[in-house]
Amino acid sequence: MVPLHWYLTLSAAVFMIGMFGFLTRRNIIIMFMSVELMLNAVNISLVSFSHYLQDMRGHILVFFVITVAAAEAAIGLAIIISLFRNKQTAHVDEMNEMKG
Amino acid sequence: MLQQLFFGYYAFMIIILSLLVVTRGNPVHSVMWMLLLFFHIAGLYLFLNAEFIAAIQVIVYAGAILVLFLFVVLLLNLREELSLRQIAGSWPAAFFIVAALFITVTAALGAYVQGPVGSYSIEAVRSETHTKALGRLLYTEYLFPFEIASLILLVAVVGAVVLAKRKLRS
Repeated sequence: MVPLHWYLTLSAAVFMIGMFGFLTRRNIIIMFMSVELMLNAVNISLVSFSHYLQDMRGHILVFFVITVAAAEAAIGLAIIISLFRNKQTAHVDEMNEMKG
Repeated sequence: MLQQLFFGYYAFMIIILSLLVVTRGNPVHSVMWMLLLFFHIAGLYLFLNAEFIAAIQVIVYAGAILVLFLFVVLLLNLREELSLRQIAGSWPAAFFIVAALFITVTAALGAYVQGPVGSYSIEAVRSETHTKALGRLLYTEYLFPFEIASLILLVAVVGAVVLAKRKLRS
């Protein structure tokens, strides 16, 4: 039997990799993919908790997380397209209009 | 022993593939590695007796969200982006923050005490299949959140069309 800690450590590791990618990468599409990576890490921990606690609620939560991730991807990519239309770049250092 | 080996393979591949996703310079390569990563995560879900979640991981994440990403990457002409600086100059600070957070989280794992187990044991789920058990819970106890989820998707569809439209007619 694989202990629960292994799954949670894996989940934490994937979450941290996603966070590192979000903090360091300057391409807005890859930053967005890092957010998806973080959502997937949380899903891994929810499913493993659900399995070890013999409860179905974790799976329900994963279902909703995937729904919100799909909505977020659609909205986020639409924002990226309209940003690219105005700025001709996907580099976040170029996007500083809102800076005071 | 076989279970540990199985988990070890999946964990190793998931870590390596997520590192590849965040370090590749070309977004198309990142999307491709992410596709492989999502299949491995789906395998891990199968390993945890969550067949339906594994299926929607492949269908929704790999089939819909990644194709959307690929469309956008191919739609935008990012050729000149590749020559720009890809990694922020302050990456050691980010690495330090992430490593500290990882150590904090894994140290907190030692304090975890398992609570009482629920009624969905592996045998109980197997006797009525995972999809049926999930669907019954979703359409009875979680019916209202389910309806809200449909509203979120509707708002996302309308919002994506409005945002990506060239100009709103006034």
